[in-house]
Amino acid sequence: MSNETEKMTPDLRAFIEEWKDKPGNLIMVLHKVQQTYGYIPREIAIETSELLKVPLAKIYGVVTFYNFFKLQKAGKYIIQVCLGTACYLRGGDDLIKEFERQLGVGVNTTTSDGLFSIEAVRCLGCCGLAPVAVVNGDVHGKLEAKDVAGIIEKYRTLG
Amino acid sequence: MAYQSYVLICGGTACCSGGADNLVTEFASCLEAAGLKDKVQVVKTGCLGFCEQGPIVKILPQGTFYVQVKKDDVKDIVAEHLVKGRVVQRLCYDPEQATDVVAEANIPFYQKQYRIVLRNCGVIDPEKIEDYIARDGYKAIEKVLFEMTPEQVVDEMLKSGLRGRGGAGFPTGMKWKFAQQQPKGQKYMVCNADEGDPGAYMDRSTLEGDPHSILEAMIIAGYAIGATKGFIYIRAEYPLAIHRLQVAISQATELGLLGKDILGSGFDFEIELRFGAGAFVCGEETALLQSIEGNRGMPRPRPPFPAVKGLWGRPTVINNVETLANIPVIINKGADWFSKIGTATTKGTKVFALTGKVNNSGLIEVPMGTTLREIIFDIGGGIRGGHQFKAAQTGGPSGGIIPPQFLDTPIDYESLAKIGSIMGSGGLIVMDETDCVVDIAKFYLDFTVDESCGKCAPCRIGGRKLLNYLNKISEGRGTEQDIADMRSICDAMNKASLCGLGQTASNPVRSTLQYFMDEYLEHINDKKCRSGKCSKLIRYTIDAAKCKGCTMCARKCPAGAIAGSVKVPHVIDPAKCIKCGACEATCKFGAISHG
Repeated sequence: MSNETEKMTPDLRAFIEEWKDKPGNLIMVLHKVQQTYGYIPREIAIETSELLKVPLAKIYGVVTFYNFFKLQKAGKYIIQVCLGTACYLRGGDDLIKEFERQLGVGVNTTTSDGLFSIEAVRCLGCCGLAPVAVVNGDVHGKLEAKDVAGIIEKYRTLG
Repeated sequence: MAYQSYVLICGGTACCSGGADNLVTEFASCLEAAGLKDKVQVVKTGCLGFCEQGPIVKILPQGTFYVQVKKDDVKDIVAEHLVKGRVVQRLCYDPEQATDVVAEANIPFYQKQYRIVLRNCGVIDPEKIEDYIARDGYKAIEKVLFEMTPEQVVDEMLKSGLRGRGGAGFPTGMKWKFAQQQPKGQKYMVCNADEGDPGAYMDRSTLEGDPHSILEAMIIAGYAIGATKGFIYIRAEYPLAIHRLQVAISQATELGLLGKDILGSGFDFEIELRFGAGAFVCGEETALLQSIEGNRGMPRPRPPFPAVKGLWGRPTVINNVETLANIPVIINKGADWFSKIGTATTKGTKVFALTGKVNNSGLIEVPMGTTLREIIFDIGGGIRGGHQFKAAQTGGPSGGIIPPQFLDTPIDYESLAKIGSIMGSGGLIVMDETDCVVDIAKFYLDFTVDESCGKCAPCRIGGRKLLNYLNKISEGRGTEQDIADMRSICDAMNKASLCGLGQTASNPVRSTLQYFMDEYLEHINDKKCRSGKCSKLIRYTIDAAKCKGCTMCARKCPAGAIAGSVKVPHVIDPAKCIKCGACEATCKFGAISHG
């Protein structure tokens, strides 16, 4: 999916102004960028580099180092399947395979209608509910492969 | 006016996703309807720990403990328990023995626990500083700032025997002393809340359930080492913990417990949050400091240790969340009291996230020296589904796998190291006979290979090589020479890696090779995986005696691997079989099995 050109929002600009002179600001600013756009758009990265006077290469160095930062816009519904140890032991990888099979896309890709993307994530910290999948913040716990179709359907109906 | 009853609703992540939020509003409206609004207080607390049975509701003063409470149950609790004073038996943990087991103290899950770190979790409303203060909160600061010199505070820590709970177990007092002895000037106090171990959520629960205890401990540490600025480095994946810390910081600042001239003592201290961004290596202290400075989180060689040269080149102490949560209690109750708990070398308690194939998953805190058997069988209620205990893993990707013969080992730093594992941050994962050790080792290596920062060769290349060998073995292509090669890679990584991640990354491989060699040899020589986890080694067969020749399986098989004609027993061609299991699921006569 191609990303449309993003414009820097006044809110983000104000945030960068506020943090500009604080040492070690880069990661906090990138969090704000991702919170604003859902990913780190290239044109915003360039503008941030100019505002913070940090080389663009350094920004991309940091962005690609950390799992949290994304360079591509994700789907409207982000399905995060936990692959922490507890979830893995209780069948987390089967869940991923089932989501991939039903949606026809792999991990870290988005369906062509832009509705869903699948992510394999590290421990979400609710091991008591293993295996767990989180869709846009809603936790679905104690899942089995047969529950996958229902979850997808629920969000598809919401559109 | 005092309330006649309190309804404590667990606000931990597991209970919230099970609907605890709805319970809060439902209780409010039911209490209003029953005219009890002013007599019963509803409190949304931090994690009560018994995540397996959530959402959990506890009623005080009786201490009645209700499990798996649904929205529809609320009106019964209000009408029966709060109005008529009768326990709602069907919501008790064990309805059969409800008369004995209504209170938390009677539930086996809680009996062997001892709560220091989690003392306020599930008791107070984490977003109210008054609740924390009512439970002796911020009392330790008063004592430290007005009655003790920084040297005395450090001495107290040394005397208590408290060791870092982040994994390595370095004495906390010693760390503080090094930083204290550095020349005056800007120093920093950092809280490591970047809990990245998969299968562990101790720090998350502590921060969500009792954020003020961490702030109080950081102020004490700051006073002891002479730092006026603190950072909490916290995972961005923990939005609720971040929110509660922000609330706590603003409340403490408002009351003059943070900021300039704390309580009129002349001591200044401020705390800032910095977010992690999903890098396991940032749990290593020099990598964490790089990340706070806004860089890629890559470790550097030590010495110099951060206590000498840390954030922006200044002396810095880094303590983990659980370590810090102990500190106000040690100051209040004294080092002598604390050092009486635990074993000869390891004092105090340990919080574990007990998960995996155990009946009662949850967050537990036990005195050091408790055995794995007590944790898994008494607190954890044994293995799920009548399966057999196979192994326990402590320390996550950096730890080892502990076989049944060591179930009675009392847990402390030294005893775990002796049997090839580590204390780690507190993930405790239980495995049964349906788990394959090669698969588990592969899982952890896959994680560390992904998380290696790539700076030093032993970790970057060694981890990848180990993973390749494990893949080979799990696919039935391994040789006995591979085992010897893996052993030497393990040694090289352990000795030559730059940081803790690389030095310990081979532990899951080492320990499984040590205790489960027979299973590795089975994969290599017999091409067999006894648990059926390694799919390439599974073989599907049709029992000719049971097969009716209905052709269902042959029609379902996506690989065309099943041959046979109507009413004649069918046969699977192993060369074509892709081990998808469709045939076994389809067969109505139970004629197809795998092994």
